[in-house]
Amino acid sequence: MTNIEAPNTADLDRLHDRLVHAADEAGLLDLAYRTVDTPIGRLLLAATDRGVVRVAFETEGHDRVLGDLAARVSPRILNTPKRLDTLARELDEYFAGQRLGFDVPIDFALSRGFRRDVLGHLAVIPYGTTESYAQVAVATGNPRAVRAVGTACATNPLPIVIPCHRVVRTDGSLGGYLGGLHVKRTLLDLEAAA
Amino acid sequence: MTPFELIVREHGPTVLRVCRAVLTAHDAKDAWSETFLSALQAYPRLGADANIEAWLVTIAKRKAIDVIRTRARTPVPVGDVPDGASELGIPDDERGEVWALIGALPDKQRKCVAYHYLVGLPHSEVAAIVGGTTDAARRAAADGVAALRRAYATIPGGTA
Repeated sequence: MTNIEAPNTADLDRLHDRLVHAADEAGLLDLAYRTVDTPIGRLLLAATDRGVVRVAFETEGHDRVLGDLAARVSPRILNTPKRLDTLARELDEYFAGQRLGFDVPIDFALSRGFRRDVLGHLAVIPYGTTESYAQVAVATGNPRAVRAVGTACATNPLPIVIPCHRVVRTDGSLGGYLGGLHVKRTLLDLEAAA
Repeated sequence: MTPFELIVREHGPTVLRVCRAVLTAHDAKDAWSETFLSALQAYPRLGADANIEAWLVTIAKRKAIDVIRTRARTPVPVGDVPDGASELGIPDDERGEVWALIGALPDKQRKCVAYHYLVGLPHSEVAAIVGGTTDAARRAAADGVAALRRAYATIPGGTA
């Protein structure tokens, strides 16, 4: 009785698709996610039914990010590429230098208070330009909160889509970036060249 | 909590095996889907120390019983399976004959074999699911496996 085969992968994939569809119909799919390969590595994209809630770099550890989403948003998470097809396509266009902004609904559920205000301002910094942390602090009505702006950028749950990479130091040096400084450099160079 | 996607990936094959051990291949897929949809709904309220596999198997068993009840006139596939149109196992499953043999076992033996040997639940937990004592579950599983060994040895290419 040791020869019973494991159910085959294609069968399980079909059942998974069917489950995703049924869960969506029943309103039980709280979080959909997929990954997408980009020039700066594999990104994890996650969305609630309100919009994109998380973009994560590979270096953050995608399993860890999913665990965090389970704790903070909902454990009803399924791999559902379809709900994120539009963002995946727009990211392709962005990295090809053919898109200046993202046109998808955003869910800011992971950010509150001042950090949420900072993200709201970052969203309107134009493509190809930068602002200093101090300028962002002024723009959000709290000129002394330069360090807090830095923290808000460093904890941005929606990097690239909410362009925290467009915030640099007053002296023009890069400052920090969750995805690594080389990634920040790559994004700024991409936008400068387009 | 563990993201539900990982629960599906980790336990999906086991739940399908359990469903296939007690249902036709087609019905097993329906029961699998019903099981995970129902589990997804209840999952956020599940206790942190819950045995996820035992929980899923309990749901799968309930769903399987639902299916069996709706198929009351043809409760379980047993006996001869027509050539070319087997509902037991999938066409590319090399060991489809094993599923046919499992399908031919008496009801309690089949479940005790499935839950203990396929799922790996201890006999005490199998007893809690199928009813009766731990000893009875152990005996039914052992009898089932012995019957399978005997039956498997009689089919071409089968070695016990």
